[in-house]
Amino acid sequence: MVLSKTTSESDVSVHSTFASRYVRASLPRFEMPENSIPKEAAYQIINDELMLDGNPRLNLASFVTTWMEPECNKLMMDSINKNYVDMDEYPVTTELQNRCVNIIARLFNAPLEEEETAIGVGTVGSSEAIMLAGLAFKRLWQNKRKAEGKPYDKPNIVTGANVQVCWEKFANYFEVELKEVKLREGYYVMDPIQAVEMVDENTICVAAILGSTLNGEFEDVKLLNDLLIQKNKLTGWDTPIHVDAASGGFIAPFIYPELEWDFRLPLVKSINVSGHKYGLVYAGIGWVIWRTKQDLPEELIFHINYLGADQPTFTLNFSKGSSQVIAQYYQLIRLGYEGYRNVMENCRENAIVLKEGLENTGRFNIVSKDEGVPLVAFSLKDNSIHNEFEVSETLRRFGWIVPAYTMPANAQHVTVLRVVIREDFSRTLAERLVLDIVKVLHELDTLPARLSAKLEVAEENNLIIHPNGPTDPAGIKKDNNNNNNNKGIKKTDIEVQREVTDYWKKYVLARKAAVC
Amino acid sequence: MVLTTTSIRDSEESLHCTFASRYVQESLPKFKIPERSMPKEAAFQIVNDELMLDGNPRLNLASFVSTWMEPECDKLIMSSINKNYVDMDEYPVTTELQNRCVNMLAHLFHAPVGDDETAVGVGTVGSSEAIMLAGLAFKRKWQARRKAEGKPFDKPNIVTGANVQVCWEKFARYFEVELKEVKLKEGYYVMDPAKAVEMVDENTICVAAILGSTLTGEFEDVKLLNELLTKKNKETGWDTPIHVDAASGGFIAPFLWPDLEWDFRLPLVKSINVSGHKYGLVYAGVGWVIWRSKDDLPDELVFHINYLGSDQPTFTLNFSKGSYQIIAQYYQLIRLGFEGYKDIMENCLANAKVLTDGIANMGRFDIVSKDVGVPVVAFSLRDSSKYTVFEVSEHLRRFGWIVPAYTMPPDAEHIAVLRVVIREDFSHSLAERLVSDIEKILTELDTQPSRLPTISARVTAEEVQNDKGDGLHQFHTDIVETQKDIIKHWRRIAGKKTSGVC
Repeated sequence: MVLSKTTSESDVSVHSTFASRYVRASLPRFEMPENSIPKEAAYQIINDELMLDGNPRLNLASFVTTWMEPECNKLMMDSINKNYVDMDEYPVTTELQNRCVNIIARLFNAPLEEEETAIGVGTVGSSEAIMLAGLAFKRLWQNKRKAEGKPYDKPNIVTGANVQVCWEKFANYFEVELKEVKLREGYYVMDPIQAVEMVDENTICVAAILGSTLNGEFEDVKLLNDLLIQKNKLTGWDTPIHVDAASGGFIAPFIYPELEWDFRLPLVKSINVSGHKYGLVYAGIGWVIWRTKQDLPEELIFHINYLGADQPTFTLNFSKGSSQVIAQYYQLIRLGYEGYRNVMENCRENAIVLKEGLENTGRFNIVSKDEGVPLVAFSLKDNSIHNEFEVSETLRRFGWIVPAYTMPANAQHVTVLRVVIREDFSRTLAERLVLDIVKVLHELDTLPARLSAKLEVAEENNLIIHPNGPTDPAGIKKDNNNNNNNKGIKKTDIEVQREVTDYWKKYVLARKAAVC
Repeated sequence: MVLTTTSIRDSEESLHCTFASRYVQESLPKFKIPERSMPKEAAFQIVNDELMLDGNPRLNLASFVSTWMEPECDKLIMSSINKNYVDMDEYPVTTELQNRCVNMLAHLFHAPVGDDETAVGVGTVGSSEAIMLAGLAFKRKWQARRKAEGKPFDKPNIVTGANVQVCWEKFARYFEVELKEVKLKEGYYVMDPAKAVEMVDENTICVAAILGSTLTGEFEDVKLLNELLTKKNKETGWDTPIHVDAASGGFIAPFLWPDLEWDFRLPLVKSINVSGHKYGLVYAGVGWVIWRSKDDLPDELVFHINYLGSDQPTFTLNFSKGSYQIIAQYYQLIRLGFEGYKDIMENCLANAKVLTDGIANMGRFDIVSKDVGVPVVAFSLRDSSKYTVFEVSEHLRRFGWIVPAYTMPPDAEHIAVLRVVIREDFSHSLAERLVSDIEKILTELDTQPSRLPTISARVTAEEVQNDKGDGLHQFHTDIVETQKDIIKHWRRIAGKKTSGVC
């Protein structure tokens, strides 16, 4: 008599993923695993862990596009295995990039003839675009100074303190000094008058932002241009302007066509724009356009030679995906001028709906302007008991990701919440967000002030120094009597850790907000 | 009586199938944004159809970059296509996947990292960015040291072989570092360590060695370089470090030749870059740079981005970018594991051998690539008097193959080679088919009269055709014609000149 066995003898590959041993094993974190695992298991494990990422479409912190039409997704998937830099192997893809450059250059009123090819390039984002533009300015300035026999070792660039972090990167990596025009309460962009004052003989360019990250405002490039022309006449330095139109470049031409900010102003020599913001393409594409050939020094251009065909290139990245370039071209021809205008008008309308909803609660000040990038930046009228960071944290529970930031110098005492209105943020979502914010406020109103309790404890332990009387980074004044009431509190380790963390959080935020 | 009208115009435009619509009658916008929108089906169809004329990525034997991934991975990619990598706080899992990849690669390269210690490294868009970051770190460290010594720090240089990939030249030009290249010679197509060490001076920020030369796939002798440089450093006290550009080799050597010492096992190697999108087996758009330890990455270069209160240190040139390549890289690392990568690399090596043997057996070619190295087959014609490798390359295109031809860099410019890169998806049967197609082409070219002496005659003939007899040349009014003309002209001129090979 043969005893039947009851252990499963079926092939391991027959097991469904969640029946297999792969979901019991801890995923490798530091070392490559020795053995392979079935592709279904690999897919499932990674997919499941990624479920805990935020939902990109509810991420109201980012300008970057989170939705494209299925037809475009199909185009992207078909070209996912094309390496963009193989220009000779993929000539059509290369030509699509050239067409995009030409279309965008003309959108910015570059001084080109009908059939003339524009000077510009597709990049991985505005960071690379800005570095290329900055490099071009630096090299032009150096050549000019060399020819004049003057020192060229201390280049600087003048911008507002509201610049996006990539300008600081550019300055740091390419050894250019960053001269920032400080902001002030109520004026959160670069003041053209102060900027022009700061220009000296070592300034390689003045960078203006069309669509400030913090509150979406357009800087007055025209005024900057006029003042700088005057100064250039006096000094003979010929300082040019670069416009960082990362967000605004795909907005202004459609809903504010009369606004003069682009190549219509003679001192503007280069412009960058993010294809992946209001260009309505997924992350990974930016554009930089130069006014003319003279604004891009030939020595920076590399001539790559593939199978005998000469291809001039000027980018920091070499191999990269082609999908985003193709998607950008798709959007430009699919939407056309009217399509982009319609999308931007919708965004602006929805921004107004959100803004009015927030105003009607009576609890917020609106910091963003109506004209500019469609976003709504708002701060609490009274943040003594609960501040904007707590509103942001509580909103997360409802699924929304709404960031809170402190302004840069010299307005660090102002904190804002910022909602970016993208193409896929509909009116219904706007109304729902207002409802949820109202719910959050009600909830917070019922809670005791978290901050003040912590502060008292912190004061207890001499974590805060009060030169003039008790204040905290958020600007609350406390009265001295409270100091003596809490001496008897004992804290657990975790509580102490939390206090210290919270204190440092606010301290660090107040010092530096490298906001994007 | 009401007359019925038969106006077709009343029918809904949206009913028309794309190829019946007016959209395929019009010329696609090339210079100006079109005024009106068009239906998405039309836009898709038009762009898709034009793209049919691109080369087939899988037959592109010029490139090291991956052209195939499993459908499960494609699915993961598509679901994360709308995630902006830099939003670290919003997508914490994606950020952690990057960190895990960095740690895995650091361990693969034997970085001296403790069991619980996190490695120092970052994901980039490709080896170009990785190299620029590594170079920047070296430059800044060297400058700091020179400043401390009170010596001049305005003339940094970097020593490499003339076989470097173009991104080193870019780094040198954009970051104002002098490039000192060790020249090659016939039969020796990589950097000679002895000559390299000779060229090192007090202004050298690092010596860059390549593991997997672009031209022949050869691995440079990093161990010898390390030994010679250690000796020189002892004499001079300059402390010159080494960077290994393992763009191709970094995902090959650890699996096929684990005993080959080229990575952090050598004490002077301070940073390594590798392309995830080459033998890391991911689509284009991901590279990695790993530093030996925290000390090798100056803190002043690291930016602390503050998102919603949490501190994220970052050191990259690019900011916003797609997340999908990073996720795909992690997928590959755990899906394949060490044995999977090893199996794939062994297959590539075997198929390379099949191709090498097939080509050598024709008796018409010299094999320039080595057996140890990146699975690449580089070969030159023994007799280039009647036709050159460039013509073989052109003819191969007719069969669908994209096989590039290059001249070697100085001082071996008289050698021209054809180069086939063996990727994961290049099977044995494709190798055999390629050999038979090359044979067909040689037969064809042998029977044809030699093209070379008649090139000038052809040029004259065409010019005469364009001349209408009244001395005026005909101008092309069509943009496409003009473009084609220019490219043709340049091809003739630039036919033999190559630089910046990849």
